[in-house]
Amino acid sequence: MKWALLSDIHANIQALQACMAHATHQGIGRWAVLGDLVGYGGDPQPVLEQVMRWHADGACVLQGNHDAMAVTPPDSEDTLGAMTAAWTHQQLPPAERRWLAQLPLTQRVDHMLLMHASAHQPEQWRYVDNERSAQQCLDAARQVTPQVHVFVGHVHHQTLYYQGSGRGLMSFSPMPNVPVPLPRHRSWVATVGSVGQPRDGDPRAMYAVYDDTASRLTFHRVPYDHAAAAAAIRRAGLPERFAARLEQGR
Amino acid sequence: MKPIEPGTLIDGFEIGRCIHAGGMAHIYAVEHTPASDGSRRESEFPMVMKIPRMTAGDGAETIVSFEVEHTILPSLHGSHVPRFVAAGDLGRLPYLVMEYIEGQTLEHWLDRREALEPLDIARLGVAVARAVLSLHRQNVCHLDLKPANVLIRPKGEAVLLDFGLSCHAHYPDLLAEELRKAVGSPIWIAPEQVVGVRGDPRSDVFAIGVMLYQLATGETPFGEPATAAGMRQRLWMDPVPPRQRRPDLPEWLQEVILRCLEPEADQRYRSASLLAFDLSHIHQIAITERGRKRRGTGFAVHFKRWLRAAGKQYQPSPLPSRRIEEVPIVMVALPHQDASDATLYSLREAVARSLGIRPGARLACITVVSPSQSSSTDDEHSETTLTRQHITRMKQWAQGLDLSEHQASYHVLESGDVAEALLRYAEGNHVNMIIMGAATHGLHMQRFVTTVPIKVAMDAPCTVILVKQNLPFEVLSA
Repeated sequence: MKWALLSDIHANIQALQACMAHATHQGIGRWAVLGDLVGYGGDPQPVLEQVMRWHADGACVLQGNHDAMAVTPPDSEDTLGAMTAAWTHQQLPPAERRWLAQLPLTQRVDHMLLMHASAHQPEQWRYVDNERSAQQCLDAARQVTPQVHVFVGHVHHQTLYYQGSGRGLMSFSPMPNVPVPLPRHRSWVATVGSVGQPRDGDPRAMYAVYDDTASRLTFHRVPYDHAAAAAAIRRAGLPERFAARLEQGR
Repeated sequence: MKPIEPGTLIDGFEIGRCIHAGGMAHIYAVEHTPASDGSRRESEFPMVMKIPRMTAGDGAETIVSFEVEHTILPSLHGSHVPRFVAAGDLGRLPYLVMEYIEGQTLEHWLDRREALEPLDIARLGVAVARAVLSLHRQNVCHLDLKPANVLIRPKGEAVLLDFGLSCHAHYPDLLAEELRKAVGSPIWIAPEQVVGVRGDPRSDVFAIGVMLYQLATGETPFGEPATAAGMRQRLWMDPVPPRQRRPDLPEWLQEVILRCLEPEADQRYRSASLLAFDLSHIHQIAITERGRKRRGTGFAVHFKRWLRAAGKQYQPSPLPSRRIEEVPIVMVALPHQDASDATLYSLREAVARSLGIRPGARLACITVVSPSQSSSTDDEHSETTLTRQHITRMKQWAQGLDLSEHQASYHVLESGDVAEALLRYAEGNHVNMIIMGAATHGLHMQRFVTTVPIKVAMDAPCTVILVKQNLPFEVLSA
C-alpha cells in the first residue's frame, strides 16, 4: 500500500491541494499528516477541514508545535510564530481547536513510526537536521521497535538518514521523483519536507510517498499557485515576510 | 552456505547445476518451477541465481555488498548488464535471479599465451568503454571493474557483472562511511577510491586503463598491493610505460592506457565516451610524451608528487550522467562542395560558441563524399588522395578555432546517403551534439523533398543545431 506523507502544511491550502492531486494520481491508499497543519499561512480553516475529512476516513494525523501553539497561544507575542499563533487561534472555531488539541504526538503503524519532530523527547520538538540528531531520534525510536522506519517533519527539508558502513548515520539528499529502495531489515529516518513552506530555495511543495509493499520511498516536489498562497497571507494582514518566503522558497 | 542440491525449489525457481562457486557467492543455472500439470513457463532467456555465501563468520562487507547489488541491479537496463528477474527477501532468503549471458570474461584473454594484437586490444577497450558509458548514463559507477567482471558476448559487445561495490547517485550509498576507507579490488582500484571517494565515473576509466595495461603487457601497472600504503602508491606513482615492457606496442595505445591511469582524475579521459571515441579512431589520437616514453618516471618527480599526495583533498564527485554532458562530443558536418565562405564562417562561429562554454569537449569534423568520386585507377582521384585533400581542407577550416582546450579529429565518410552516414556516425560514436549547415545541406529544398538537415534532425540520437548563414559578408558587399 502507498502512504502519502505530508508535513508542515502551515495553513497553505493551495500547496495542500496540489500535493493532494499529485498523490491521488499515484494511487494513495492511506494519508498521514505529520503535524504543523497551521501557523504562518493564511488559510488555517480550509486546511483543517481537509485534514479532518482525511482523519475521519482513517488517516494518521499528528500534532506539531504550531498546532499546539494555535490551541494555546503564548502570552507574549514577541516572535513572529507566536503572533500568527494568536491570529490562527482566533480564526478557528472551538471544535477545531479541540480537535487539534487531542492529536497524538507519535503513532506507530507496523514498522513505521510517524511524528512531527524527533522521537527523542517528542514534546521538546527537537529538530532532526543532521546525522547526530537523526541518530538520537533513531535510538529513541528503536526502543519502540528494533527495525524501524521513522518519518518526521519539522525541518522543512527532505533528507534520508541511513546506516552506512561506519558506526553513525549518514545523510542522503534525495532526487525528486526517484524511488529509493528502503529495505525492511534496516532502520531509516526520513524528513519528508514541508508542504506549505519550503525553505531550500525551491518554491515547489514537498511531500513523500512510501510504498510499504515494494519498500520504496519517493520524495516529490509539486508546483502550486504560491502567488495565491502569498496573497492570502497579505490579505489576512500577517507579516509580509511569510508571503515573500513562499515566493522565494526560503 | 552449503551448495544447494540440483532440483531444489526456491520461490518458483528450480535449481540446476552450479556454474560458479566464487568467494562471495554461488551461481546456479535455474528454470521456472514446473506447474502441477508438469508444464513449465518458458523464460525468454536462460537464467541464473546468485546466492551469497553468508555464514556467521562472514564480514559485514560481504552482506552489504550483496545488498548493494540487490538494490542497484533491478534499476539497470540496456544490453550491457544482465537482465534482472527476481530478488529474494534479504532478511529471509537472499538471492538474485538474472539473465545468463553467453560469452567469456576478459580473464580469458589474459590467460592466453600469445600476445594480443594492438587492434584487438583497442576493440576490447571500445566494447568495455561503451558498456561503462551506458552504466554512467544511468547514474551508476561500477567501481569494481576487473577482468572477471567484464564479459564479452560472442559478437564482441561487453556486459558488466557484479554491482556489489557500485554506487548509484540517486540511492543512499550503503558502503559509505564517515571515516573514509578504500573499497575496491587492490589491482584495479583508482587513487581517489583509495582515499575513500566513491562515485566518480573517472574511477571506472582508471580501472579500464588497468585492464588495457594488462591486456597489452600481461602485467599489472601497480602490482597487487596487500596494504593500504601499497594502494596509496598510485596517488603519485606512474606505472612502468607499457612500451618498456613490450617494445612493439604502438605509441597510440600507450598514450590511451597511460591517460586512463593518470593519478589525477582530471587528467584522465573525462568520460568513457571520450575513451571509446579515441580507441575507435586510433589514427586520430594525438600522441604526447606520454605515448612516446620508454622509460619510467624518475625518483625526483615521484618524490615531489609523493609530498603533494600526502596532503591531498578530493572534491566530491560529479553526477555521472551530467559529467558525460559536460564534456560532450560535438560533431560538425562540413560540406565539401557548393559551400560559400559565408556558410563555412557561420558553421565555424557556431562550433566556436558550442565548444567555448565546454572545456574538454571533443570536436569531430565530418565530411561525407559519395563513393563514385573516388576511383582506384586514377591517381588524382584515388581514395587516399581524396581523403587527404578533404582532411587538409577541414583542418584549414578549423584553423580559425581555438582548440587549445579541445581535442579535434577529422573524418571522411564515404556514402551515397549523406543523412544516413551522419546519423550512423553520431550513433556509433555517442555524439552529444551535431552542428550542420541549414542551407548547405539543402534546407531551402525542404518544400519539395525531405532534405538532409530534416532527416538528421528527425532521427538524430542527440541535439542538432542547424546553422543559417549569418554573416558580415553580405553586408560588406551591399
